[in-house]
Amino acid sequence: MAADAVAGLANQAIVTDGMRYSLFNLIGQTMRGHRGWPRAWRDPDPKAGYDVVIVGAGGHGLATAYYLAKEHGITNVAVLEKGYLGGGNVGRNTTIVRSNYELPGNEPFYEHSLKLWEGLSQDINYNVMFSQRGVLNLAHSDGQVDAFARRGNGMRLHGADAVLLTREEVRERVPALDLDNARFPVRGGLLQPRAGTARHDAVAWGLARAADSLGVDIIQNCEVTGIARENGRVTGVETTRGHIKAGKVGLAVAGHTTKLAEMAGLRLPVESHLLQAFVTEAIKPMVDQVVTFAAGHFYISQSDHGGLVFGSSLDGYNSYAARGNMPAVEHTIEAAMSLMPSVGRLRLLRHWGGVMDMSMDGSPIISKTPVEGLYLNGGWCYGGFKATPGSGWCFAHTIARDEPHALNAPLSLERFESGHLLDEESTGPFPNTH
Amino acid sequence: MRIPCPLCGERALEEFTYLGDATVKRPAAEETDPKAWYDFVYLRDNPRGPHRELWHHLHGCRAWLEVERDTLTHEVFDSRLARERGTEAK
Ligand SMILES: Cc1cc2nc3c(=O)[nH]c(=O)nc-3n(C[C@H](O)[C@H](O)[C@H](O)COP(=O)(O)OP(=O)(O)OC[C@H]3O[C@@H](n4cnc5c(N)ncnc54)[C@H](O)[C@@H]3O)c2cc1C
Ligand SMILES: [Zn+2]
Repeated sequence: MAADAVAGLANQAIVTDGMRYSLFNLIGQTMRGHRGWPRAWRDPDPKAGYDVVIVGAGGHGLATAYYLAKEHGITNVAVLEKGYLGGGNVGRNTTIVRSNYELPGNEPFYEHSLKLWEGLSQDINYNVMFSQRGVLNLAHSDGQVDAFARRGNGMRLHGADAVLLTREEVRERVPALDLDNARFPVRGGLLQPRAGTARHDAVAWGLARAADSLGVDIIQNCEVTGIARENGRVTGVETTRGHIKAGKVGLAVAGHTTKLAEMAGLRLPVESHLLQAFVTEAIKPMVDQVVTFAAGHFYISQSDHGGLVFGSSLDGYNSYAARGNMPAVEHTIEAAMSLMPSVGRLRLLRHWGGVMDMSMDGSPIISKTPVEGLYLNGGWCYGGFKATPGSGWCFAHTIARDEPHALNAPLSLERFESGHLLDEESTGPFPNTH
Repeated sequence: MRIPCPLCGERALEEFTYLGDATVKRPAAEETDPKAWYDFVYLRDNPRGPHRELWHHLHGCRAWLEVERDTLTHEVFDSRLARERGTEAK
């Protein structure tokens, strides 16, 4: 009987493989007790070689593979992942998606990414629960209000949306805030209404499914241990599942970017740092948007499940340990308490950490490298989730055409050497300050 | 994570601030090759394991320390005054 059920499942999986998710499918599967859903992507063994090998099945690697297949018709592609798909930062972030950057080299890229987010669920036929609930940055001084006005104008000049709010307008929108904190009173805020959050796991799963359905092989438990080169050109990768030939190799390994670059003899303007995040027990709706506290670099939102999700700054020292220390925990909780004192009544459910690829100017790198056939996607700092579709889109273009798109040309690796830095915070070449 | 200060003993992390990699070497002031400066200002080894780094005991004795610490486990192996850099570890 059990064996029959399993056989039935397998048959149905074959029948319905490559199905489009739709309301009709959902109703049909519901009538069958949800026993007929096919697996969302295959689990292939690596082939001897591919046109393009992407290292890292996080959001960026998967998005790159998807856009390589969809936009450039390159489908002989593998995404190699040392652990499990979605086990990296794509599954660890606080899910904030926005395009409220200031510099001309950054803002058009992030705005392009935000536009892709707006159509992503339809595009990949997977509900990534993108919720444009708005991101509200609070200002605590007149100087900050002026700086936000300037930033908002910059955003609008690049076609993004931005609204400057008065203190009263902030109060109306977020009643839980303490606007009169003695040290950091709230003077106003900058709201980006189209910004918001997305379900991070769904982004990884949806992109994996979409890439797989276009023929991309996603190979988990396959760690890249070496990058094979001949005459200065990439020829393949060494992995824990054997040698895999590759015409081109794209690195999208976030916190491990310098380790992979090192395999190709490159040193990078990147350090690995540690960022923690927190979630409380679930409560009724309390915070309707993403709110950030500029005085303490703190951000908070509420998940659809009801938990308050929040985080703040890096721990501040080089680290590959995906777990942090108490001072950063204390700092974060203090910021939470000064911003929304009622949070103190809640219990913390979980907290965790991730390894950040902090670049020397705080901006990302989507670029060719000095090694022919090797492409680099990294330096995402703690802002790479919002960039997921835009990053994949630009990286796919860079790999397919062997030249950057206009949107990522400013995000080149050479900018550090040529002096064309994109230092949003103007804090200099100190990764822990960005 | 606690950091041993040669002057104050083992102290809590929040007493310290972090500067970064202690192995990068500032080129001589008369160095004119931009490549050497690019190397010094921007490029890092970023090891996954033992790392020599500069910490400031800012909320303590204010000494600069050179600490050897594992970036994967956060274990601290060695800590000495930065002004004694280059001399053998005790
Ligand atoms: C706590 C926290 C909060 C954050 N909050 C936000 C936020 O609110 N908004 C935002 O925009 N961004 C945020 N980020 C940043 C964002 O999550 C990352 O910048 C982004 O996810 C990085 O890209 P990725 O998804 O491709 O990375 P990852 O998911 O980390 O993917 C990289 C993959 O490469 C794999 N890999 C590494 N080495 C190898 C190897 N040798 N061989 C094969 N595979 C390898 C890893 O296992 C991993 O799965 C946050 C990050 C953290 C940790
Ligand atoms: Zn001391």
